[in-house]
Amino acid sequence: MVHGFLIHTLCPVSAGSSSVCRVLYTRFFCSEPRVPLPAGLDAGTERLLQKEQMMVVARQVKSACTLSREAAGKTPPESCLPPLDEVAAVQEADCGVFRLGVGEPFQEEKTVLWLGVLSLGFSLVCEPHENLLLAEGTLRTLARHCLEHLHFLGPPGTDVLLKVDRTEVLLDRLLPHGQLLFANHRFIHSLEKEIADYMTK
Amino acid sequence: MFTAGAESLIKQAREIQDEDLQKFYTRVSKLLYGKDFGNETVDSLQRLYLIVSATKYSRALPEDVLQLLQDLLCSSKTAEQFQALSCAILRETFPCDLRNLSGEEGSSKTMSHVAEVTLAQGINKDKVSSVAHHVLKCLEARQPEGQSSRYLLPVLSKVISLSPDSLTEDQINLVSRKLVDWLRYASIQQGVQLSSGGFFTSPRTRQPGPITEVDGAVAADFFTVLSLGQSYTEDQWMNMHAFSMIRKWLLCYSTDGSGNGDTDDKSEVDGSVMSMVSATSTSSRLLPPKERLREKAFEYCHRLIEQSDRKALKKSDAELQKACLIEAVTVMDIICREDPSFVYRAFACVKALYGRLSGDLAFSRALLPIAQFYLNHSETAAVDSEAVYRQLFTRIPSELFQEPMLAFEFTQFCRVNVKVLRESVSIFKHSFPNLFKPLAWNSPALISEYVELLPSLIGPDTAIEILHSLLDLPCLTAALDIQLRSASSQPSERVPLDPSVKVSSSMEAFRHPYYRGMFLYILRDEAGTGDTIDRLSVLHEVLADMADSPRIVQCAQTTPILLQVFFNEAAQFADEKLINQLVLVILERSSLLYDIPNYKREVQRVFSSQLLVLCKLHPSLIVEQCKELMEFSGTTGNIQRKENFYTHVVWAIGEYLSVSYDKRCTVEQITAFFETLEAVLFEITQVRLSASIPTYSPRVITMLLTTLSKLASRSQDLIPRVSLFLSKMRSFARSPAVSSWYSEEDIEEIHTRASELINLLKLPSVAQFVLAPSTEGTSPRWHRDTNTSLPLAMRAVSKVLQRDSSFSPG
Repeated sequence: MVHGFLIHTLCPVSAGSSSVCRVLYTRFFCSEPRVPLPAGLDAGTERLLQKEQMMVVARQVKSACTLSREAAGKTPPESCLPPLDEVAAVQEADCGVFRLGVGEPFQEEKTVLWLGVLSLGFSLVCEPHENLLLAEGTLRTLARHCLEHLHFLGPPGTDVLLKVDRTEVLLDRLLPHGQLLFANHRFIHSLEKEIADYMTK
Repeated sequence: MFTAGAESLIKQAREIQDEDLQKFYTRVSKLLYGKDFGNETVDSLQRLYLIVSATKYSRALPEDVLQLLQDLLCSSKTAEQFQALSCAILRETFPCDLRNLSGEEGSSKTMSHVAEVTLAQGINKDKVSSVAHHVLKCLEARQPEGQSSRYLLPVLSKVISLSPDSLTEDQINLVSRKLVDWLRYASIQQGVQLSSGGFFTSPRTRQPGPITEVDGAVAADFFTVLSLGQSYTEDQWMNMHAFSMIRKWLLCYSTDGSGNGDTDDKSEVDGSVMSMVSATSTSSRLLPPKERLREKAFEYCHRLIEQSDRKALKKSDAELQKACLIEAVTVMDIICREDPSFVYRAFACVKALYGRLSGDLAFSRALLPIAQFYLNHSETAAVDSEAVYRQLFTRIPSELFQEPMLAFEFTQFCRVNVKVLRESVSIFKHSFPNLFKPLAWNSPALISEYVELLPSLIGPDTAIEILHSLLDLPCLTAALDIQLRSASSQPSERVPLDPSVKVSSSMEAFRHPYYRGMFLYILRDEAGTGDTIDRLSVLHEVLADMADSPRIVQCAQTTPILLQVFFNEAAQFADEKLINQLVLVILERSSLLYDIPNYKREVQRVFSSQLLVLCKLHPSLIVEQCKELMEFSGTTGNIQRKENFYTHVVWAIGEYLSVSYDKRCTVEQITAFFETLEAVLFEITQVRLSASIPTYSPRVITMLLTTLSKLASRSQDLIPRVSLFLSKMRSFARSPAVSSWYSEEDIEEIHTRASELINLLKLPSVAQFVLAPSTEGTSPRWHRDTNTSLPLAMRAVSKVLQRDSSFSPG
């Protein structure tokens, strides 16, 4: 069961601010019982904790991706030509995985699977013994759909922030409640048809 | 991709003023109240989501807006867009005072959204139980036309992972029965395709045909996730969802032991006999629900494994086949753990699968759950597993180290099972050269895994070789890179070079016979062929052109961490012999390292601190290794190349070369060391008028002075010599040439130190006490016992030093 999904920036935002890792979308699937926080803390603290945890994950993915691209000798994304389409973008994407120990920052051990498409990162926070091959496939499909339906590859790039219902519907179909699905291409086709029906409305 | 426009949107959402916010809330509530479901409402809700989600700190929405959103969420007539938006907003505004949402009726889709929001509000057992209750009620009831129960299984899966006790025994049995139906008895006809209202309708609707396999053949047995059809029926969707959650379910509700069958008498059942899948299925109708589910899940996995042998027509299906293999073997493993009577049937299947996959590198990821299965159950079934482990530890790391996912999973496997592997798998202990390959290639991602894994690899017989391998980890990275590039180059570029040709790059060296042996050693699979090679410096030189490659630099940055881990572990069990060997390696390798910027300095830093730890553990090593230490400390070049480390060595000599640490320490040894160090100090303090600024720091000088004094205090014939030297040092410090080399404070420091030592050595017994305290000085009794002479001695010494300093010339 996937614990969380996030979309975030990877490289320094060229429009002026320093290399802040901006989290664009997070979704918690609440798949583990949380240890109650000490009494006396504001009830909003739990949400704050969740947001901070996701920020930590995003920052770690950012450094992992940067190091991986450096080691592979890839040029920085700003100087690259934009990819032709979403499928090509996802195929050329950098992919990696690392483990988060107990308390770093989640209460239990987690595995983070990430995909770096140009200057965008898509990350899945999974359980330690998740079927990583299935998770990788799901992440790539999700990324492809996000790129397509949230129009990341063209201007203005604000859809991910405003058109949240699209991301919600994508996650609802492809990763319902964080459940990874063993869906063959016909199942995916049906789901994609439902998604396409929704998007055209 | 991410533009300034988006950046400013986030800023606006965060900095929106209270006044504007209130106006916005009012507008939203007016739109929702008026049941206006047009574009403006959509837009407003989207902005509302951005506002509540853009900040870390939660915003409290006004009551009426909350209420309206909840109404929107719970009504099954709401369009999906509004349901999605209200679900997202309500999720972000927790904590908020929700009325009890799960009491609402609705379609399964609504139910699923409501459950999501409820569970996001904080988890307590009652809430989870009530959600579980409603989900099950929905599952049991017949869904109205157009609705599907498939949205409910993921909710159920989440509920059981949050709180497995939230389901009663009856509910568990109910779900088990349903899962059996969905997994095993789903229809094998395709679903009727819903026409999308195109121009050509009824005359062209086709009769649904049978389900096919991934290679196009008609389905051979019951429906699984690897069955294809133009469109799917409800129970086929449930089949897919049920398999997606079956692992979690079985793990959650495992029963202890087995209720059926004999599991103990191995001699009666021959483990290698093939048993057919359906042979036992007829009797299973009599089993209780949980056990029946186990049986059916086992059959499903068996069928998946058979289906994976087919050649899929689409690439995504081929990937799914691999994922299904992994899941199937893992589920079988779980079932066998719960009920050992399945082991024989499972092994028949898994062994055949291994035979099919072992030669094919493309299926290497499936090899890991197979190996785990063997590790868990091969003893039970008395099956020989050597071949599997050999394949795992020789081929995978050496041929697939560059695949990040496989490398990670492989390392996880080693780390999680390290105890068992160390004890029962003989090949594991000596495969560390291979095990280091994924780490060398992808250090940043795997370093934390190896920090945990490394201690278990180190043993008395492998420690020295592991130390050498760790020190040459960046060389391994370089060699692997060259190997990969060579494999992908033209065949003409892979021909071995003539021995007389001079090489100009590392790529050429890889093909040159003179260097070939060295590369082969670095890239070896197994330990035991020698701790290191003789011509290591030659290898380092020839790899120099790769020293600034990013991958090698990353590896060089992680190696010192591993060295620390190594020494921490080795210190736990090392005996005297091993400590001596380690010190020799430290001395030898301190300059024999691959020349990457900063690498040498960091490794020498680790060596410095670890040398002292080793000395503390086994102080006699100074005496035992006196020849090597004398040679090391007598070489002036060492000061230039590794000053910090040299200083530590000299300090260790001064501290531990005494009879109180080792009875074998002779006066001759002390004198020999003294003369060696004196010669070095003399050499580096020769004032040469044409000399350039020296490359060593004043600390070396003071350290040498102190050490010489320490040695002199132990062998008092040397005191006149050292006193003479010290007074020479005082004038050295005041010479005009030196004052241009060092700063004012440094010169003062040298001068003060020399003066103090001279004064100290005028009182030999005090000097002996101060400069070489006996080992008892470190035991607590001295500090607690006020009657000891330590405070008096301190006072005496400080008086001596102070008295003299007031007379010393300026």
